[in-house]
Amino acid sequence: MGMSAYLIVRLHNLFAVVMVSGVYSLLAATFFVVVDAVDVAFTEAAVGAGISTVLMLGALSLTKGREKVPSRPAILPIIIALATGVALIYGTLDMPNYGDPDAPIHQHVAPTYLADSKPKTGIPNVVTVVLASYRGYDTLGEVTVIFTAGICVMVLLQGRRRRRKAKGDTA
Amino acid sequence: MEWPGLYNYWIAIFLMVTGLYLVMAPQNLVKKIVGLNVFQASVFVLYITMGKVTGGTAPIIAEGIEVYSNPLPHVLILTAIVVGVATTAVGLALVVRINESFGTIEEDEIRELEEAQEDAS
Repeated sequence: MGMSAYLIVRLHNLFAVVMVSGVYSLLAATFFVVVDAVDVAFTEAAVGAGISTVLMLGALSLTKGREKVPSRPAILPIIIALATGVALIYGTLDMPNYGDPDAPIHQHVAPTYLADSKPKTGIPNVVTVVLASYRGYDTLGEVTVIFTAGICVMVLLQGRRRRRKAKGDTA
Repeated sequence: MEWPGLYNYWIAIFLMVTGLYLVMAPQNLVKKIVGLNVFQASVFVLYITMGKVTGGTAPIIAEGIEVYSNPLPHVLILTAIVVGVATTAVGLALVVRINESFGTIEEDEIRELEEAQEDAS
């Protein structure tokens, strides 16, 4: 994943950038399978690697395929990014180790969900139970967000055809 | 500190820093949005690795299995992935619209065009 992220930085052909970002998403999905998040892996592979890439290719077909190669490297963003990285690494020093079963995240509500979801709902997959039964309202909110985004895209691109037609008339 | 210790956070931070750089440095708007996606995926990795329990398995209840990974980060990230794609779609639509108005998707060229317009008016 790190390699593909680095490639995205180095490449200037936007088609290649979009393809490598698809590879990046797919690698993320395989990584999620390894750390037990199978539902997330499904979604990332279908939505992150699939639909995102298709959307970006669509956008590229309507714009330009190559990035202008910068004449000088951008120093300030590198400094800001590295400073952020150092601060974040300093912040992790107090975090629990990877896979530690005594970490605070595993103590609070998660055991309740794991213990109660099967007897209460009869569905074995805990992620589905939390998503659709316990936190159904959040999922409704998510659907609202997608609906709003869909309307935004339609409004933004709606004038396209009309304007192009007008241009064709004058020409 | 035994392996893997805190390395999962450091991998996420490496991806996060790369994403941050990709959002700031390129002048090209499509590449900025790709950078935003890289940044997003790094947050996903951070959450999902926090939910992992050593010796655990996927949180699907089955007989004979005692230890499960934490399902809550998985739920949060499922929502986040879908919302992330929605925002990507809106961003790309904006880029297409900008390209239509200015004829370019390079940020510095757009700025020059805007300044030229202001000088003209």
